[in-house]
Amino acid sequence: MRITVNVNGDDHTREVEPRHLLVRFLRDDLELTGTHWGCDTSNCGTCVVLMDGDPVKSCTVLAVMAAGHEIRTVEDLADGDQLDPVQQGFIEQHGLQCGFCTPGMMLTGRALLDRNPDPSEQEIREAISGQLCRCTGYLNIVKSIQWAARNRAEADGVTETAGSQS
Amino acid sequence: MQVPASFDYQRAESVDEALELLRRYGEEARVVAGGHSLLPMMKLRLAAPEVLVDINDLHELDHIALVGDELRVGALTRHRTLLESELVGRYFPIVHDAEKVIADPPVRNRGTIGGSLCQADPSEDLSAVCGALHACAVIRGAGDERIVSMADFHQGPYETAVGVGEMLTEVRLPVLPGAGSAYEKVERKAGDWAVAAAGVALTLREGRISDAGVGLAAVGAGALNLHAVQTLLNGSEPSEALYEEAGRVASDSCSPVTDGRGSAEYKQHLAGELTRRALRRAVARAGRPIGSTAREA
Ligand SMILES: Cc1cc2nc3c(=O)[nH]c(=O)nc-3n(C[C@H](O)[C@H](O)[C@H](O)COP(=O)(O)OP(=O)(O)OC[C@H]3O[C@@H](n4cnc5c(N)ncnc54)[C@H](O)[C@@H]3O)c2cc1C
Ligand code: FES
Ligand code: FES
Repeated sequence: MRITVNVNGDDHTREVEPRHLLVRFLRDDLELTGTHWGCDTSNCGTCVVLMDGDPVKSCTVLAVMAAGHEIRTVEDLADGDQLDPVQQGFIEQHGLQCGFCTPGMMLTGRALLDRNPDPSEQEIREAISGQLCRCTGYLNIVKSIQWAARNRAEADGVTETAGSQS
Repeated sequence: MQVPASFDYQRAESVDEALELLRRYGEEARVVAGGHSLLPMMKLRLAAPEVLVDINDLHELDHIALVGDELRVGALTRHRTLLESELVGRYFPIVHDAEKVIADPPVRNRGTIGGSLCQADPSEDLSAVCGALHACAVIRGAGDERIVSMADFHQGPYETAVGVGEMLTEVRLPVLPGAGSAYEKVERKAGDWAVAAAGVALTLREGRISDAGVGLAAVGAGALNLHAVQTLLNGSEPSEALYEEAGRVASDSCSPVTDGRGSAEYKQHLAGELTRRALRRAVARAGRPIGSTAREA
């Protein structure tokens, strides 16, 4: 089937089989390997991308089902050299170790902050509850997203100051 | 990587078109809604439909509306929409109780009430909830529309009243004055299926329970609607002794199996205890001004 999916703001047209999974479409066809693929059973959440702004597990969405929708992957978080506050937060608060869960965690953080710029710790924990991290024990991931919420104003405007706060 | 076997894919643009496709392909076709039960099953070769009919563009099936004394919920309504609906929380706190513990946020962004009920897995939380609420299912086929009670809808594990060439279009929840409801679930970790769960819905009339509904999840087939407990409750005055007895009857009425989530004995014990807890909360919520459950812990 010939499908067109909008990924990170651009339309991509490809010929795919209906059984082709969205995670595969992103990684293999579009070479956007920032989307990781882990358990394959819809459980780990490493494959999370945003579909029309909401986190979804891309190993459980068919590429054909994404046609006509807007997909956002981790590659789209930074604006040129300027990191998204969530990305900066993961640096400031040591939100990652091996980095495997990180793209999905950051996208979930972004989607949460877009809806709720000032989430409580409980709301952050709830938002990432479908995504497993084998390394950090979640504490620093939560802190990273909190950092992004706190530093939104600075990060939105002047990048220089964003790195100096924690 | 696990990939489903080959199939054809059709995206329906209207309910009529979906029904026509389902009729044309007959036994070989399956509806795909959220896909969060079907696609994992297809990856594992537990399901191998030849054609998938995608109903995600049928926005008319994604609605929640109060019509007369019923809340009408479209089959394509997602878990997340149910959880965020103020209307649902006001009349059916049991649905919000359940939705908070169904899967995890990304799964709730995709999974639908229709998919949950049609999957008819005895562990499905919304099946137990709709059983307790004495909900009705609207099934559409060629031209006609049937309305069946939940008791008739679920015909066994993974079997429903939806026939070939038909689909579930709506779920109807009766709004009763003075109603209270609650759902209690024990799970191993965030986002997991229940070890056991219990849902209770009832109304209080002059201090006595009526319209009782009790449904259990994850404790074997046939527990989505427990007649024995409902009969015990209807007409009785709420009391600890009654809750105790209701829990005992619920426990006796189910037939869980031992698996990775726990032993049959443990699950049977849980079924009783969770029924008691849900019953206590449902009674406490019943008869309160609508909406006051929101402040409850
Ligand atoms: C990691 C994970 C954890 C989960 N945890 C829970 C949990 O704790 N509790 C729980 O209850 N569920 C849980 N689920 C299941 C989740 O809620 C599913 O989304 C839901 O059961 C199915 O909904 P769906 O829309 O994805 O259905 P689909 O997968 O699209 O469909 C399921 C079945 O229903 C049929 N179908 C769908 N819609 C219709 C319709 N309108 N008419 C006729 N047939 C239809 C399909 O043909 C298919 O046979 C979990 C799922 C995952 C992946
Ligand atoms: S790879 Fe998709 S949830 Fe694990
Ligand atoms: S940083 Fe290693 S899995 Fe999360």
